[in-house]
Amino acid sequence: MNAFEYVNPSNLQDVPQLLSQKRDRKSVVMAGGIDLLGELKDNLITPDRLVNIKALDLRYIRHSKEGVRMGATTTLSDLVSDEEIVKTYTALAEAAESVASLQIRNVGTIGGNLCQRPRCWYFRGEEFHCLKKGGHKCFAVDGENKYHAVMGGGPCHIVHPSDTAPALIALHATIKIHGPNGERTVPAADFFLLPMENLYQETVVHSNEVVTEIFIPKPKAGTKSTYLKFKEKGSMDFALAAAAVALRVEGGVCKDVQVVLGGVAPKPWQADASALVGQVVTEERVVAFANTVLKDAAPLRDNAFKVTLSKTMIKRGVLALV
Amino acid sequence: MAKKVHVTTTINGEEREFLCEPRQTLLEVLRDDLDLTGTKEGCSNGNCGACSVLLGGKVVDSCLVMAVETEGQDIETIEGVASPEGLHPLQQKFLEHAALQCGICTPGFIVAAKALLEKEPNPSEERIRLYLAGNLCRCTGYDKIVRAVQDAAAVMSKA
Repeated sequence: MNAFEYVNPSNLQDVPQLLSQKRDRKSVVMAGGIDLLGELKDNLITPDRLVNIKALDLRYIRHSKEGVRMGATTTLSDLVSDEEIVKTYTALAEAAESVASLQIRNVGTIGGNLCQRPRCWYFRGEEFHCLKKGGHKCFAVDGENKYHAVMGGGPCHIVHPSDTAPALIALHATIKIHGPNGERTVPAADFFLLPMENLYQETVVHSNEVVTEIFIPKPKAGTKSTYLKFKEKGSMDFALAAAAVALRVEGGVCKDVQVVLGGVAPKPWQADASALVGQVVTEERVVAFANTVLKDAAPLRDNAFKVTLSKTMIKRGVLALV
Repeated sequence: MAKKVHVTTTINGEEREFLCEPRQTLLEVLRDDLDLTGTKEGCSNGNCGACSVLLGGKVVDSCLVMAVETEGQDIETIEGVASPEGLHPLQQKFLEHAALQCGICTPGFIVAAKALLEKEPNPSEERIRLYLAGNLCRCTGYDKIVRAVQDAAAVMSKA
């Protein structure tokens, strides 16, 4: 790990300046630091300055009639132990609880979970100068690609590792970002980028900006949500495939449904579930819907299993809420 | 080299000051600078939990926490678990159940299990397994560890 300076601003207004990038001076944001330390230890990044944002009073969960506001440095454990989140925003609580281990959830933050970098072993491996690192080749195409994308891939085939992101999108969250020109708010659904849109970053957050808050509007009465995650190692792992589902059924008929997949594409994969709206939700209809979501999947040599797995996650997730 | 930072913490109930570089992890400072070598380094990337310590009463991987970030915080390591009166019930039960072989994972398991029992004195087996999911053992197969924790819980709730 290279040497760097550690700064601890207490005023949000100072952060964009501290993050301003010069050719010979790179600064990065530090929240919980879980993914950041991994990146530093793997020499994936060699910053000159870490800007800690934990002194900015961004660790809070505020409930209101409109919804819930969560500061970016709220830990995943904070979310899991908040009764109102468990009750009203269940998919988010389940997603947060499915992340890694307790040790990591006690330190890792919601902002960091959204901004973490992909786990692709070629990207993380120092010896591979891959496309995403400015090289000329995505090694996953002809390489070991069991854990890579089956949808939305190309020219790079990472999957987005966040568990909370699919849940936030399914719950119509918005994300507040602070930068040199002040604040902007982006729907969680527009927060992530595909490699074909931007090869070098997975989110719309620029290097001199910082995520400050996540807002989820209160779901309409009767909405239920869940996050189902399939892991290779049951005790602790990233998702092989996951589904965040939010569903509102009235009088036996589906009024609203959101389905967002994790672990299968370079960004959380939002399905168009409009075909289910106005219908009685039956297993047959959900299976047909799941087939439609995956119909354009383009698996690589070793990951076709993710197509089947995703369909199963969708089916189980939706039917669990009916 | 970046300037060293002066950090004041409480470790196992005693105030401890140290100087560290911003790039040093808590694990490095504990082991290399403070001679608290009970905390082990396993994977160094958050998979194994061998470096578990309590930070503000919560179990964390000390390999994924920067030492500079522990300013003003309360840290508890495996060295603080036993008392002058003797071993902690968890330590005693790990011995009795032979819940260790090579021993590298043991300090992490004991620190994490202690955090669990302080919060939930009577956890179910499932709860213990879930709580300790961030601690890996490559020798015992976990059953003996889980039984040791259950037994320690029983002893502690009688005390």
